[in-house]
Amino acid sequence: MEHFVVTDNLKISMIILYLSIFFIIFCSKVLQYFYKINVENLLVRMRSFLFIIIFFTIAFSFTKLIAIIFLAIISYLCLKEFLSLIPIRKTDRPALVFAYWSIPFQFYFVYINWGTMFYLFIPLYMFIMISTMMVISNNTKGFLKTLAVIQYGVMTTVYAIGYLAMISIIPFDYNLKGGSLGLLFYILVLAVSNDFFQMLFGKVFGKNKIMHNISPNKTWEGLFGGIICSSILSVIMGILLTPMSIVQSLFVGASLSIFGFLGDVTISAIKRDIGVKDTSSLIPGHGGILDRFDSLIYLAPLFFHYIAYICNVQIVRF
Amino acid sequence: MKFLCDLLKYLSFLILIKPFIYLVLGVNISGIKNLPKLDNQPAILVANHNSHIDTLILMSLFTCSQILKIHPLAAIDYFCKNKIFEFIFKTLIGIVPIKRKVTKSSATNMYSEVNKILQKNETIIIYPEGSRGNSSDIQSFKSGVAHIAQMNPNVPVIPIYINGPDRILPKGTLLWIPFIANVYVAEPIYYDNTSTKMFTEKIRSIVEQLKEEHRIKEEL
Repeated sequence: MEHFVVTDNLKISMIILYLSIFFIIFCSKVLQYFYKINVENLLVRMRSFLFIIIFFTIAFSFTKLIAIIFLAIISYLCLKEFLSLIPIRKTDRPALVFAYWSIPFQFYFVYINWGTMFYLFIPLYMFIMISTMMVISNNTKGFLKTLAVIQYGVMTTVYAIGYLAMISIIPFDYNLKGGSLGLLFYILVLAVSNDFFQMLFGKVFGKNKIMHNISPNKTWEGLFGGIICSSILSVIMGILLTPMSIVQSLFVGASLSIFGFLGDVTISAIKRDIGVKDTSSLIPGHGGILDRFDSLIYLAPLFFHYIAYICNVQIVRF
Repeated sequence: MKFLCDLLKYLSFLILIKPFIYLVLGVNISGIKNLPKLDNQPAILVANHNSHIDTLILMSLFTCSQILKIHPLAAIDYFCKNKIFEFIFKTLIGIVPIKRKVTKSSATNMYSEVNKILQKNETIIIYPEGSRGNSSDIQSFKSGVAHIAQMNPNVPVIPIYINGPDRILPKGTLLWIPFIANVYVAEPIYYDNTSTKMFTEKIRSIVEQLKEEHRIKEEL
């Protein structure tokens, strides 16, 4: 039973996070009460946020096993949302069973620190198994399309989210300031606040649209505002919680901001293609869980790779 | 004995079925305000039928104490094949077994049994398609539901369209695959003193309308 190491810096950061959420809720209540501005939407969002943060806090305050199971459940909910969106033929059902079974395997490999298997399980073994199961069901109509869609779904929702679990098992010696939880805190807060900054700057200054076919709310102003704010936040959190230097945190913050944006618009493009607004209605005010985790599909693997490079993390077992 | 059965049904929904429906599968509901309160007021829930999960999803829309008052009508030849099945479905789900093959006497028996339930202020679920159909279209409705509504003109009839369970567990397989289901609840209607045939058509057209609403929402 391995517990997470919680450093003082992390405790302070958690308290600041909770206080800032309560502060925003308080401010919007004041706005609503005194200036009669309709902030019901923001309030619902913030309340959902508070619950998400409480869930995460509870899940990560016990052992590593419980935290990994929690992330596996999130991965399952994402995959279910993704597969519920796409048209599935009746003959694909055996392949879908394999897609769902990839989750326990993938997170088990994380739990036993089997790095190589974690890296290869979905790009290689699921790649083989899904197409094999589809060949066995002997239906060629729309074969390539469905095969690609299922593989993409498993890649985004299981492989990418799995990297969150991978970050959480980085040994404490590599990050004495915050431990693996500090790294996880860094990436989750950066992803969410990056979305928030981009939305804020887009609403206030937004004029020139990027990719207007995909999302009308994305603007150059929002993107650059997001990059600047995320870099500043990244430097603060980087010094407090990670082993990165100021220059490294600046670079990581700016590049993660861009890739978070790209992940966001990728999921938006998929939703646009299928023709839905939200992936589901699981989280009040946010849409589905995939809508909330959309920027993390690129951020989690990239950040893990950065950290593994910067700290020379060696947890690969062949 | 009745108390024990109710307790079993209550607990099985609270511990097993509701968590399964909401956490493992997931349900999107629209029109939840149209659902009846079920306190001292019976209702007739009418839905399309593609999978066994339909019943579990419909019952899970209500709270556990409301669920005790809901009785799905189910085919006696399928659900009461042997004593064990009969016991399980009668206690845990609370089905009312009815015969699919209708003769004059069996019809009057069935109607009197259903009327008894409605007079006790309890609710029934009917699938007027008569059996599980395929997912793409809604089959023609049988008129039994209209006869029941005619005998109980004060009882609201609530048409419901369910999309998704045919992907979770289609007819003829045992392989469960989790998907999110969509439930659309229409406003309650009452028997309107036309003919039973027209009332059946009216219910069916409302369910078709809900299906169209779902299709538009999917295509945006």
